[in-house]
Amino acid sequence: MSEAKRQDERVRTRNPLQAALSRPSAGAIIATIIAFLVFTWPLWECVGDAQACTANGFLTPRGISNWLEVAAQVGILAAAVTLLMIGGEFDLSVGSMIGAAGMVLALSIAEFGLDPWMAALVAFGFALVIGALNGWLVTRTGLPSFIVTLGMLFLLRGATIGITRLLTDRTQVGGLREFTDGDMFVQFFAGDLIIGDFSISASVFWWVLVTVVAWWVLTRTTFGNWIFGTGGNATAARNVGVPVRGVKISLFMATAASAALLACIQVFTVASADVLRGEQKELEAIAASVIGGTLLTGGYGSPIGAFFGALMLGMTKVGIPLASIPAEWYFAVLGIVLLVGVLLSNWVRRRGTGVRS
Amino acid sequence: MQLKKGLVGLITVGLLAGATVAPAAVLADGHEKDIRIEVVSHGQASDPFWSVVQNGVNAAASDMGVTANYSAPGTFDMVAMGQLIDTAVASQPDGIVVSLPDADALGPAIEAAVAAGIPVISMNSGSDDYAALGILSHVGQTEYEAGLGGGTRMGAAGVTKALCINQEVGNTALDLRCQGFADALGAVGGTSEVIAVDLADPAATQATVEAALTADPEVNGVLTLGPTGALPTLEALNSMGMTGEIALATFDLAPEVLQAIADGTMLFAIDQQQFLQGYLPIVMLTLHNQFGGLIPGGGGVVLTGPGFVTADNAEAVIDLSAEGIR
Repeated sequence: MSEAKRQDERVRTRNPLQAALSRPSAGAIIATIIAFLVFTWPLWECVGDAQACTANGFLTPRGISNWLEVAAQVGILAAAVTLLMIGGEFDLSVGSMIGAAGMVLALSIAEFGLDPWMAALVAFGFALVIGALNGWLVTRTGLPSFIVTLGMLFLLRGATIGITRLLTDRTQVGGLREFTDGDMFVQFFAGDLIIGDFSISASVFWWVLVTVVAWWVLTRTTFGNWIFGTGGNATAARNVGVPVRGVKISLFMATAASAALLACIQVFTVASADVLRGEQKELEAIAASVIGGTLLTGGYGSPIGAFFGALMLGMTKVGIPLASIPAEWYFAVLGIVLLVGVLLSNWVRRRGTGVRS
Repeated sequence: MQLKKGLVGLITVGLLAGATVAPAAVLADGHEKDIRIEVVSHGQASDPFWSVVQNGVNAAASDMGVTANYSAPGTFDMVAMGQLIDTAVASQPDGIVVSLPDADALGPAIEAAVAAGIPVISMNSGSDDYAALGILSHVGQTEYEAGLGGGTRMGAAGVTKALCINQEVGNTALDLRCQGFADALGAVGGTSEVIAVDLADPAATQATVEAALTADPEVNGVLTLGPTGALPTLEALNSMGMTGEIALATFDLAPEVLQAIADGTMLFAIDQQQFLQGYLPIVMLTLHNQFGGLIPGGGGVVLTGPGFVTADNAEAVIDLSAEGIR
């Protein structure tokens, strides 16, 4: 037997660049850097001239705080959605859940007089129940989660509009400021941290926290291995004793809870709830996950990648109007950027992992 | 690899196409100044009403020699719209124009703009809330009174039981229109019920209206709150063979609405002349920048409507509507 053949491939040394590129998040990081360069491109000529550098606002403290916040609102969802997608399922109902949980929160405060922290508990409880219901329906019926949660998307949105109209004759619940002003608990969701000229909103810290928790659970706990197993090959996972059904149900509860968290942030920040909040957010979260290297087929992905996917999306959404691209071209440009992001992420992953097609 | 380069190139071309050369306005002291005004509305690009506003913005920008950028969120999402306003503030423009459908949600973003020393004018919706936020002036129509006017005309036409078709549930201004309409009908012993529809889905809107009319045969009047509600409602009446039996009126104009009025299948349209809502704020903010803080009327509401289009004047308005001006 030759020397090469006896060497165990599990302990082989790899080229560090190859190792870095083989991480699921590599493509998203590169895509984020490219997006950053594209949207700061009009500023390149200003190097050394501080006045010109702030011309379109992308790199001003306010501009940076702005795209960080937009990214955070997608990223909070994307972290949980990524775990669920690695577990092999979709949740299309998170967008509607933002509207529903936000309305539960606002109605609890304005109509039923609960304290903000109690109302937030009710909203999270509501989300966890719906999430568990999603998971139970998917695992019980064996129907694709795409269909089950599509049903929930319409059901939640419709019920939110209907019940809110029934209770208040309106579709917006406003004037929450008189209940939330001066409340310390609310500051955890709506406050800003002022550092010099930067005003970083609480959502950015939640985004980082949720991402770190998702990363830790996925890569440092047994439960994380179960998620990979469930999404990679459910039958094999079940045969080695992974509680596949329980894993899926908890992941659906996690995505619903992330939507409830975003709903708390939105409602406490703007002091009103609207039945239409969160439309299309489910698709943005999936887009951020996929740019972040997560496979639609399950079993592969990274919350760190989703973090950068969301960051790229945030830069793009703020960068487009700042580049004075007319509003009617917004979706076209957003679509091109998304496609480029996914293609790039896919290409880097194939290169990095040595897959040739 | 080749494909990726091509796509990156496409984005660059898009950016270049978007970056227009800023024209200059002349200041009082004879100096030229590049004035840039950011317009953020809640009107989606697919809504014919808002494309007229956008035409007004563009016409005023070229007439005044200033740059105006128009943006709007992709769905009726006030959080996303607040972020667009934040983005506009970050670019430090010489003025911001906003529509104000939810003062609670948009308030903080607008107050930040005011605090940054940027003059802000609101248009279209928000006549009740603008002053408290530090907005200089409001250009629009007072919604309740416009609905009241519509209800009075409907009542005079003999309507006793009406539907109010709302395509933007959640927009305070539209709720007020329905309320004014109901109050005016109530004054002559009639009633009105609000029906919620989806402005992005004409087929579902038509089906909803047909169902509501079938469910209650006593309904003899329908008020829609914009062309996105009016056109499917016209179709619904057509397919049920009830055209002309039910008094139909709408807020806001579109070529098809005007044709229906000229044909007599529609009673009247309440016109808020939204071209002016795009045009006037640009003029006002330009003059405000040019001549040291000019603002008309001590910061009151500049009314652009309501005007009523009936069979008498419909023909004259048709040509302008086709050009996207009315």
